[in-house]
Formats: sequence, C-alpha cells, structure tokens
Amino acid sequence: MSGAGNIRRVLVANRGEIARRVFRSCRALGLETVAVYSEVDRNAAHVSDAGRSVHIGPAPARDSYLAADKVLAAARDSGADAIHPGYGFLSENAGFAEAVLAEGLAWIGPQPDVILAMGDKQRARDLASASGVPVVPGSGRFAEGETDGLAEAAARVGYPLLVKAAAGGGGIGMRRVDNEADLVKTVAATQSMASKSFGDGSIFLERFVPKARHIEIQVFGFGDGSAIHLFERDCSLQRRFQKVIEESPAPGLPDAVRAAMAEAALRLTRAVRYAGAGTVEFIVDAESFEFFFLEMNTRIQVEHPVTEMVTGRDLVAMQIRLAGGAQQPIAQSDIACRGHAIECRLYAENPAKMFMPSPGKLERFAPPAESGHLRIDSGYRQGDTVTPFYDPMLAKVVTFGGDRAQARERAVAALRAFEVEGLRCNRDFLIACLIDNAFARGDLHTGFIDANKASLVAA
Amino acid sequence: MAIVDVKTEITGTVWKIEASVGASLGEDDPILILESMKMEIPVAAPESGTLVEILVAEGDTVTEGSVVARIQA
Repeated sequence: MSGAGNIRRVLVANRGEIARRVFRSCRALGLETVAVYSEVDRNAAHVSDAGRSVHIGPAPARDSYLAADKVLAAARDSGADAIHPGYGFLSENAGFAEAVLAEGLAWIGPQPDVILAMGDKQRARDLASASGVPVVPGSGRFAEGETDGLAEAAARVGYPLLVKAAAGGGGIGMRRVDNEADLVKTVAATQSMASKSFGDGSIFLERFVPKARHIEIQVFGFGDGSAIHLFERDCSLQRRFQKVIEESPAPGLPDAVRAAMAEAALRLTRAVRYAGAGTVEFIVDAESFEFFFLEMNTRIQVEHPVTEMVTGRDLVAMQIRLAGGAQQPIAQSDIACRGHAIECRLYAENPAKMFMPSPGKLERFAPPAESGHLRIDSGYRQGDTVTPFYDPMLAKVVTFGGDRAQARERAVAALRAFEVEGLRCNRDFLIACLIDNAFARGDLHTGFIDANKASLVAA
Repeated sequence: MAIVDVKTEITGTVWKIEASVGASLGEDDPILILESMKMEIPVAAPESGTLVEILVAEGDTVTEGSVVARIQA
C-alpha cells in the first residue's frame, strides 16, 4: 500500500505543465509515474519527469492525446493502474472515463455519469436549478434549423443575450446578440458551427450580464454525498472567453455573497454525489452581486494553484487518494483561507495583434526561482520549441501575499524577472494588467481587457 | 496586372482550403484557414483579384511570413 490506497502507478493522459504538476503529487505520495507523448513532445519536460513513457502518435491531438484507444493501450503496456486526465483533452470525456473503469483501472476523476450530465450545459442547468442554485434566465433548446418561437423565447430571456451551443464549453461556441434584428441570423450561424464542431447543432439562449465577474467555487466531493468547498477564485480577466489572471479570494466580494455562493455550489455537489475535485462556475453581476450558475467543470482546473496557495491543500493528491480509496474525510471547519494568491498565465501570443498565437523556439526561458510565495508551473524549458499543435500556455506564475497588494507586487516582480526570448509572449501585458489602477482597486469584470486594451497593450 | 503574394502572419497548420485556383476574390475574402494553438485563423486575400496559385495543402505546417498563395490583382 502506498499513500494512495490501491494505486501504485499513475499514467497521466496529458502533456505540459499539468502532466508535470500531477507527477509532482504522485512522487509525494510515493507513486510510480507514466507519461504519454506525441511525436513533437518526444523530448518534452513532462516525458523526462516520468518514470516511464509511451509514444502514442503524431502531433495532432486527435491522433495522440485525444485518441482514447491509444491512451488505454499505453496504460496496459506500461502496467499503470490509474489514469489522471489533467484538464482539456480527455478529461471531460465520459466515454473515456467509462472505458478506463471497464479496463479495471482507477479513474482519477468524477463518475462518468456526472461528467456526462455536467458536460451537457442544459442538463447541468436543470440539475443546478433543481438543487436550488440560481441560474441565468435561459431558453429551451433549438435544434439545427429550428426557429419557431425563437423571438418569443428571446424576449422572455431578455437582451443582450448569448446564443450557446448545447454541446459547447469553455467559451467555445457562443455568440452575443443585442437585439431581435440579429437574432435569427446569429442563431443559424451558431447552429451550423455547433453542428460542424460538436456533431450537434442544438443551441439555447441565455441572458448576458453586461458588467459581470466570473467567480468560481472549488469543491471536493467524497462520492458519498458529502463535500467541502475550498473557497472561491475570481477569474474575471479574460480574453476571447479564456482566463488570463485568476486570484483567491475574490476582491470586494461581500462575505454574505461568498457564503451563499459556496453553499449553492455544495448543494449541487452533494446532489450528484460528486467524487473528487470540481469547480462550480458562477457569473456574478459586478454591481448587484447577484450570482447565477454557469457550469460545473468536472476536472482539476488550470487555476487550481491559487486555491492550493491560500488553503495549503494539495488538490491533486486529494484526487489521487480518493480514487485509490485512501482519502480520509475532511471537515469543512478544517479548511481555512489565509492570505491572497494570484495566478498569471504566460501565453505564447501577441497582445498587439489580437492575442494571435505565436509559436516558436524558446531561445531563452528563465523563470525566477520559486520560493514559499512564488510557484511556477511550466511544461517548457529553455531550448524547447512551442509548437502550434497545443494550447499557448508557457507557464503559470502564482504568487502568495499576506494581502492582495503584496500578492500583486510579487506577481509584478516575478514577471519582470521572467526572461523569455524567441517568441512573442504576453509578459508585459500581464504586468500592465497588474499595475492598472482599476485592477489594483479590484474593479474586475469580464470586459476588463477589451475595455482597456489600448492602454494595456501600449504599456 | 501584378501578382500579389499572400503571406501568413502566424505559424500553424493548414486546416482547410476555402478557395480554388481561378476563383475571383474580393479583398478580405478567405483563402484558407490555419489552425494554431487551438485557434482557427483565416488567411484572407490582401486585395481583390484572381487566385492563381495555392502553395500549400491541408495538413501542411506553415511558418510566419511564408507565402501560401498568389493572386493576380
């Protein structure tokens, strides 16, 4: 028996920083590690980190990291007894989770039927609603080509609204409509896009909150209907619906709202008897602090380190122990939030050109030294090539402070000391965000970057 | 009648070719769509004209600044 019950050897079905992050917890628990890699990742850092590694195919993700059969074969060949999916790729693929369990392996994630239910945005909304969690006013589904009753449904939801693909997620497949004149055209375009991208052209309408914050609750369920929360993360700073800077706690959030959001997240988590780490995302009106359920992410999140910094908990180790049957119950009263943490996502992209991707070779890549208040999670080393095949994240720079101002100052200092050459990255853009007056005041909202782009990019 | 090079501004792989040789294109009409870092980025005609050559195929990797097509303006 290791520190993780009946798990001895973990295969991580992912790459880059999150694979390395999971391996770190595996080592701490005394577990053996297996990496998988595509052709272009043969010499990647996550491969060197692992005790064993298996080549699973060519560079395109659909032929490697998304190829469930190849990942399962790699698990079989390497003698792994558990699979951690990280985030993205196969992490929220219920069919894959089922196949892993059918192989007799431990699946380090929630139950397949819960993944399936939460992956369907409409079912997730219905479940949230039934658990007494407030949801954004929305419509029923409209299948591809269906427009009957659309205008009436839109009027009930209210403008401005978002047209969302029922099978979409993570900001992919949603479009804004400001008035009835643009409704039918935008719905048809979204249905067609959804049909091509997801194989399902169904859409629904949802109210759009003009000045909104994105605040999410980290939860951990024990699979028996009991669950705890690990406070919130504010992820309002986004570009193209993708997060850029996240922090915990959320600045200026009234305590009563914070408590109500955590309680709502727990009601849903308990209702589905959730097992493992999950995140309940809310959209919060920046003026009134009304909050509405957005979705539940059934995986470890990119931004989980800020929660680990303020709570002192290792969420990945908790996931692994739970899957191995060795996670002792944790009382809510044992979870405390201390200080403040900020995560900045360093992306290989060009802020001056609409954040266009900028792959290339990292001629120089020198992160500042980690410390008790600075954590750097990265999948890259100096000399590595960042290919166009996967996401543009170079590193997560996570700082801790006694208060927000200190965490912010440390983030600025860490980014200034972070040397990157050979490709364009958003380092200076992140610094400009951190030192912006409105950001310093905690005046956060999801339109922050778009509204201040000129000054943030010029800085 | 000048021949105009169509260049890509980013490094990526060719996901889809949208126009055929001989097609008459307006300024900003898409010629092909690149995929890079989980984004789809169109490469459009820099000015109107006839598409005379496509130098890449679907699945090819292209680097920033390379010529992917030619237009007779």
